[in-house]
Amino acid sequence: MNRALPRAAGRAVAAPPGLGFSGRVLAGGRVLLGPVEIRAEAGRWTCLLGPSGVGKSTLLHCFSGLSEGLCLDGAVTADDGRPLPGRIALMAQSDGLLPWLSLIDNVTLGARLRAQPRARDRARALLDRVGLGGLAGRKPHALSGGQRQRAALARTLYEDRPVVLLDEPFSALDVANRARMQDLAAAQLSGRTVLHVTHDPAEAARLGERIAILTARGVEWIEAGGGAAPRAPDRAEVLEMTGRLTRRLLEAA
Amino acid sequence: MKGLGAALLGLGLWQGAVWALDMPGFILPGPGRVAQTLWQSRALLAEHALVTASEVLLGLGLGAFLGWLSALGLTWSPRAAGLVRPLLVFSQAVPVFALAPVFTLWFGYGLGSKVAVALLIIYFPVTSAFYDALAATPAHWVTQARIMGAGPGRILWCVRMPAALPGLLSGLRLAAVYAPIGAIIGEWVGASRGLGYLMLLANGRAKTDLMFAAILVVAALAIGLHRAMDALARAVEARRLACANPAPD
Repeated sequence: MNRALPRAAGRAVAAPPGLGFSGRVLAGGRVLLGPVEIRAEAGRWTCLLGPSGVGKSTLLHCFSGLSEGLCLDGAVTADDGRPLPGRIALMAQSDGLLPWLSLIDNVTLGARLRAQPRARDRARALLDRVGLGGLAGRKPHALSGGQRQRAALARTLYEDRPVVLLDEPFSALDVANRARMQDLAAAQLSGRTVLHVTHDPAEAARLGERIAILTARGVEWIEAGGGAAPRAPDRAEVLEMTGRLTRRLLEAA
Repeated sequence: MKGLGAALLGLGLWQGAVWALDMPGFILPGPGRVAQTLWQSRALLAEHALVTASEVLLGLGLGAFLGWLSALGLTWSPRAAGLVRPLLVFSQAVPVFALAPVFTLWFGYGLGSKVAVALLIIYFPVTSAFYDALAATPAHWVTQARIMGAGPGRILWCVRMPAALPGLLSGLRLAAVYAPIGAIIGEWVGASRGLGYLMLLANGRAKTDLMFAAILVVAALAIGLHRAMDALARAVEARRLACANPAPD
């Protein structure tokens, strides 16, 4: 599974910055997130768990650009002091595939939007790796939900950005595909700053280097054990961590 | 087949009215008489139909292009949209009948003024349908494009415009129905050629059968245009979502 993929031609991934958020997010006077302070360390994989509605997706959007009507009362920072736009890839909860584009054109959409040459070979290799190599000419409506999610993963990996925000990226996948895609993402994104929102404690236990549980009361940090990610799903440390996270989430609810 | 049934029903009602009311031919000619005139005056009708058809097609093409361009411009600049949209609504509120004589004054007695009326009548529906569709592009597609590093121009061209294509097509479908009405109005107000002119001429000389024949040709023109536009729109929509088959590699 760790075959190297051809990199985006002619550029190395810039040193990833760490991310910091402190403050609240408001929507018309209603608090969507916080007040809270969260850091994602540079070059590490941070998983974010927590009950629905606590503002996990909103936190990701603070880094990628808040939508209209939301108001940030606080600060979003990159610890190298440089602006974040242009250095981030977001895999949102909805796959965001454009229905009139074939899968391969969806994967290379970023290049087209930036008026750059499209690396079709790299896109094809990525589609192969997510198991959609034979469907490169299909359009999204001709795919299952799981296939669409894998295509969105390929598109996110194609972006080749130092900071990657993942919002429940594997939620629509069956168990085997989920484990495979977790392995792929871990291999492709190692060394980058990853902030990964998930509802699945087992996923956090496999992938997270640091795990945060976000609740209405604040953030609780847990250092993951069991060696380098991705960890085998049946490892004792992973199973133990899954149980511990589940208990914490139950207590928080 | 449904169309044939409806046509037969229409002809039956028409003939029934002729028999029941027992009108003289110069007031209400029957379908047989009109069909005969249609055949006998086919060269005359074709000549004038050609004029009207070219007015309609020119008006449709120009109106569609200007509508497309305007919707893109309004989407590009929300400030311009705030200023121009009320003007657009106002232009639509002015009756075309009132403007047609002015157009004849400005653009002359020939093709120009008729194209202008057809253009004016379809410009608003095309602009409005396309503009609304552009505005209704799912926000998360736009956000995603922005995160990927796209500027506003690329977002408009690569995301909003293809996303709004169905809206543009529905505007064009409407336009195909309206454009012949525009051309006929233009011809009524002042013309020396075209089916609208022929209708007025025939009516003035109590050649009601010829007038009816001209109406039938206008209707056939409008229906044909609508059908053609509908087929075009379907083909474009099918192509938009068609998959490469078999999938390459």
